[in-house]
Order: sequence, then structure tokens, then C-alpha cells
Amino acid sequence: MFTALLVMAGIAVVLGAMLGYASIRFKVKGDPLVDKIDAILPQTQCGQCGFPGCKPYAQAIARGEVEINQCPPGGEEGIRKLADLLGKEFKPLSAEHGVEKPKQVAVIDEDVCIGCTLCTQACPVDAIVGAAKQMHTIVAPLCTGCELCLPPCPVDCIAMVAVPETVETWKWRYPVIRLKEQAA
Amino acid sequence: MIATLFAFKGGVKPSAHKEASTLAPILRAPLPPRLVVPLRQSAGGAPLPLVVAGQKLSKGERIGAPEGNFSSAIHAPTSGRVLAVEDRLLPHPSGLSALCVVIEPDGEERWIDRNPVNYAAATPDALRDYLRDAGIVGLGGATFPSHIKLKPGASGRIETLIINGAECEPWITCDDMLMRERATEVVRGIDILRHIVSAERVLVGIEDNKPQAVAAMRAATAQSPGVSVVPVPTRYPAGGEKQLIRVLTGIEIPYGRFGSDFGVQCFNVATAGSVHRAINLGEPLISRIVTLTGNVERPGNYEVLIGTPIADLLPLAAPKADTDRYLMGGPMMGFTLPGTDLPVTKASNCIIAASKALFPPLGTELPCIRCGACTRACPVELQPHELYWFSRAKNFGKAQEYGIFDCIECGCCAYVCPSNIRLVDYYRFAKSSMRTLEREKATANAARERFEFRTLRDEREKAEKTARLAAKTAAGRQAIAGAAKPSAAQATTTAPAQSSAEKPLAPLDEQKKALIAAAIARAQAQRAGVQPKNTENLTPEKQAEIREIEARRDKVRELAKTPPAEPV
Repeated sequence: MFTALLVMAGIAVVLGAMLGYASIRFKVKGDPLVDKIDAILPQTQCGQCGFPGCKPYAQAIARGEVEINQCPPGGEEGIRKLADLLGKEFKPLSAEHGVEKPKQVAVIDEDVCIGCTLCTQACPVDAIVGAAKQMHTIVAPLCTGCELCLPPCPVDCIAMVAVPETVETWKWRYPVIRLKEQAA
Repeated sequence: MIATLFAFKGGVKPSAHKEASTLAPILRAPLPPRLVVPLRQSAGGAPLPLVVAGQKLSKGERIGAPEGNFSSAIHAPTSGRVLAVEDRLLPHPSGLSALCVVIEPDGEERWIDRNPVNYAAATPDALRDYLRDAGIVGLGGATFPSHIKLKPGASGRIETLIINGAECEPWITCDDMLMRERATEVVRGIDILRHIVSAERVLVGIEDNKPQAVAAMRAATAQSPGVSVVPVPTRYPAGGEKQLIRVLTGIEIPYGRFGSDFGVQCFNVATAGSVHRAINLGEPLISRIVTLTGNVERPGNYEVLIGTPIADLLPLAAPKADTDRYLMGGPMMGFTLPGTDLPVTKASNCIIAASKALFPPLGTELPCIRCGACTRACPVELQPHELYWFSRAKNFGKAQEYGIFDCIECGCCAYVCPSNIRLVDYYRFAKSSMRTLEREKATANAARERFEFRTLRDEREKAEKTARLAAKTAAGRQAIAGAAKPSAAQATTTAPAQSSAEKPLAPLDEQKKALIAAAIARAQAQRAGVQPKNTENLTPEKQAEIREIEARRDKVRELAKTPPAEPV
């Protein structure tokens, strides 16, 4: 009886020590869920979700504070992926946060630009090149199309232009034709 | 030399339909009234235009500069004038347009100075650069820049050079006719390629349904030691690069690796011919042989300038009245052209006029019955039906696990499918979707990095600014405190009546006042320091003008001082 108690207590101590060691040795730094959510978000950094960037929104989702349908650039597909990841119900994109748009880039009308640098300060990804009283221009491959540079421009010289499909970015269409859509 | 032949698994034997277009010799297509030369005609970076509208061009003049090393130059196919550099429709399944140079030929065919290269004396690196600048790309259809393929891979050197004359796709005969008529040119090109990579042996693989081409090539290579012409069994897709390498050498090249990693490299016969022209004659790649066949009165092969509109070529073959569409490439791997007002490019090996009688429309797509016919036919030993399920379900991860990127889109699976499933369409959809997703992921990651860096920088700048401000205020306080001591002593002597309760507050207040006073003094000194510029050597008129303006200013100042009139 006494031996049995000792043996059980001994096992408990050993296993406890192992678990304690493992919790220190294999500690996961940061929240892996936040990273997974962040990987699904489109990284537009547009703030349409109400958070200053994609990472803060990912953190809020991970804490369960906000809905998953507040990201217009991610669109319906993004919401589906988030719903899959988090085991939640799919919800259509919330209208108050904006509408899904095709990918676009900002273009500065360089004749109108007065070089005020307000847009360079607004750009979340440093995609605008320019200095005070110098013409600004947008580095198109880096632009995420977040539209954050539009409101600060005092002369309204920035326009959003849809990115056209080129031979390089073209993709083959889905070969399944739904009969219902075809009839409509 | 009797070579041991290996075999690849799968493959199909569609009827060849090659005889009709091999009856007539290769003819030169007439000069069209307009040439539309697309700038992007090879894999890799799109060349940059070097010409502007209105510019005069000589035949063979460079009009597109290679963008980076993985790119290839573009040349004017004839002499004439540039009408425009603009977006034009391309012969591409997307039906999209891209930058093209539109040339109006002057009919003079005035060449640039052609400078042949003595390749025996040149270094391989110089020759590779020369080929890039001569616009030499693989003419088998994939248009991969040849100079890239001539670099030794992981194995360090290329021992075996394979020349692809298999031309396995039905209907196409351009390589066959080239070997029959211009075997010497091809062999001289092979000599150059062999010199660049210093290959020990050269194997020319030709499908055994082209005995005349085999005979011509054998005759032309009789004097070349180490070069053997090997007839290979006719079975589609024996002309696939990896398939031909496997048949001739037994080497199986895994996905993502090149033949050069295993000491073997493969070039098309037409590519060898164009290498000969570029190096021995100094002529860049400006034309190619195109097979015009199918539902036409006069099928045949034509030497066509790159950029010739297909609509101008078709009358040469006289398409029959019931032609309903045109295919570019063969019936297995080619695609339906979105129109005929499209230019011939370096990739256009064949144009087939199709009719309902010749190419009956495929029946309705039926469900997959898992018969396994596609798996038996697949030359790269994939499981096409599995890939079909995953592609259809957009389960791209699984499709990748099943090796969808190994698929060469040869069309064997769709050819044998009893359910008429357009399998290759599904694979193309899945592959291009995956590439798009990859691209999007890469841009998203770049955006995340830039955003995080910016946030970090903002915080750092804010911290630096606060620190700087704090240091400045502290320095100011110290300076004032030093100056305030005597004045404070003065204050106590002149105003001894101040109550003791106010005393602890007074020094702070006075410090602030002193700070403000110092700032005002600084500003005034700065203002006083500013002198009007450009005031020397003035003409009397200018001086009078200045006096007038000053007088007006004084008047305005006076007006500002008087209180405004009461509103009525």
C-alpha cells in the first residue's frame, strides 16, 4: 500500500518535471493563430476593417473580439478561408466596412502634384517616392491599392486605376460551366 | 553506331496527317503590307522597345533590347518605317494584347551590316551573349532563350547534346521539311552548339516516320565524328524534351531540374539552323518556317517573317469554304486562335485550318468513370484522373502533391478519355491559378514586410524626436537659469514687497517668460538679418516702381491701424 503510493507519487513527480521542462523548452513564441490569420489577410494595410493594419485586425480576430467579415480587399474568399481556419460560420462581407473591388493601384497625376508629401506620410507600405516641393510618384509594383493616399491629397491628383490583366498574369478560366449560369 | 534506345511510358498514336504538307518545297511567303512584331516572344523578361514611331529601320536592326539576362532580343524582320509602338492582339489563348512594333516595309530588304562571328576563336560566354542579342530562342514552341540552355548546369558540363527533330505532333511538318532541304545549315548550327558546350557526342533524334529527313541528316552529318542520327519510334509525345532525352539516353529528368544538371541538353533542329544563321551569316532570328495545313487547298511550308499577320498568310494555302476556326500549334497542344489578324511569332510552328468534318466537336463532357485510360497514356507517369478531381475541386495543394507541375500538357489523357473530359483545360486552370496565388502571396508578404518596417521606423523617429526636444528644452532651461541668477538678485532688491506665498512660483514663471523673451529676440534677430535680395544695380524705373509699392504698403499699414468702420 505504502509502496504503491510512493510509486504513484514518484511517477507524478517525474512526469510533472518533464511537462514543466517541455513547457519551457518548446514554448511557442508569439501567437501562432495570429500569424495564421495574418497570412490569410491580404496585407493591403488599408484600415477598412477599423484597425491600423492587417496585423492588429488579425490579433483582434484571434482574441475573438471582432467579426471575420470586415476585410473588403480579402473579399468573400478571404472570409471563407478565415471561417475554415477558425471553425466559424461564413458571413457575407459587412457593408459598413466597404465593398470588394478588383485589384487596383494609385496613380499620381504628375502635372497636378504640388509636392506636399502628405501622401507619402499616409502610405502604409512606403510605395510613394517624393520630397517636399518635388513631384511624387507611385511605385506601382509596391502599391497595395489601399486608397489611404486619396483623402490627404490637397489637389486631388491621385486616382485609383484597376490593374489590367496582361499576358503574363492571365489565367485559364475554370472549365466547368454551370448550366444555371449559362441559362441566365 | 547503333544506339540503344529506351522508352517512355504511356503516349498515344494519333494519325499523323503529315504527307499533304510535305509535297511542296518550302516557299518564301511574300512581304506583307504591315508587320506586327510583338516584343515579348520568349520566356523570361519582356524586351524593352528601342524604336519610336516614324523611325527608319534596316532589316535585322534590333528593335527590342533583352530585359535582364533571362530574355532575348527582337529584330526588325525587314527594312521600312515604324508606324507605331502600341498594344496589339497576340496569338495567345488569352486573346489579350501586348506591346508590339508595327512596321511598314519599304520593300528594299536593306540589311544592317552583317558581321559573321568566327566561333572557333570566340569564348563560350561571348557566344552566349551574342545569341541572346541575336534573339535566338527555342523554335520547338516553348521559345526558351537558347543562351540560358547553353550554360553548364549542376553537373559542370554538357557531355551529350540532343538535337530534337522528332516533331511528334500531328499535322506539323516544318522541322521535317527543314531537315530535308536545309540539313547542312542545321548541321553547321549543331557544330556551333557543340563547340559552345564542348559536348562529346551529339544525338539527332528523328521519328521514324520521316525517312527522308533521316536520310538527309545522315548525309549531312557523314563527315562529323561523334554525331549520330537516331530514328526513334513514332509515338506522341516523343518530341517532348524530357521524353526524347529519356528515349535517347535513358536519363529521366525530375521536375524543376534541367537537362544540363545531368550533362545533357536538348535543342530543336530549327533552333540549330537559326544559330548557324546568327553566327556564320550574322543574321538575327527574323523568320521561321510555318506549316499551313488542315482544311486547305494547298497545304505546305512557308518561310515567314516574324510579325507577318496570319490573315496575309492564309491565302497562300487557300482555306476551304467550310473552315470554321484556325489552330496555332498542333491539334494536341495548340489552341484556337481568337482571330486571324494576329502576327506570326517565334513560337508559331503551324497554323491549321479546322472544319467540323476534320475536327469533329468533342461530345458532352461526361462524368469520370475511373477507367484509368489516362493513367496508362500519361507520358510523365502521373495519375491524370486524380489531378482532374483535385483541379476541378480547386484543391490545389493536393494537385501539387500529385505532381501537377510535372504535367507537360501534352493532351494524351484528354485524347484517350472515353468521357470526353477536357482534362488539360483543368490542369491549365489549376496551374495558372496556383501561379497567381503564389504571386499574390509574394506581394502580400512584401507588403507586410514594408508595413512592419514602416511602423518600426515611425516609432523610432517618434522616440528620437521626443529625445531631441527634451534635450533642447533642458539646454534652454540651463542657459536661462545661468542668465536669470543676476536678474533674480536684481528683482529681490527692486521688489521686496512681494508676498512669501508667491515666491516658489515666481522663479518658474520668470524662467518661462525669459524663455519666451529669448525666443522672441531670436526671431527678431533673424528677421533683421534678412536683407532684400536683388536690390543692386537697379534701373531708375525699377527703383520708382519699388518706391510706389512701398508707398502702397505704408498706406495699407495705416489703414489697418485705424479701427474698421461700424457695419451699417
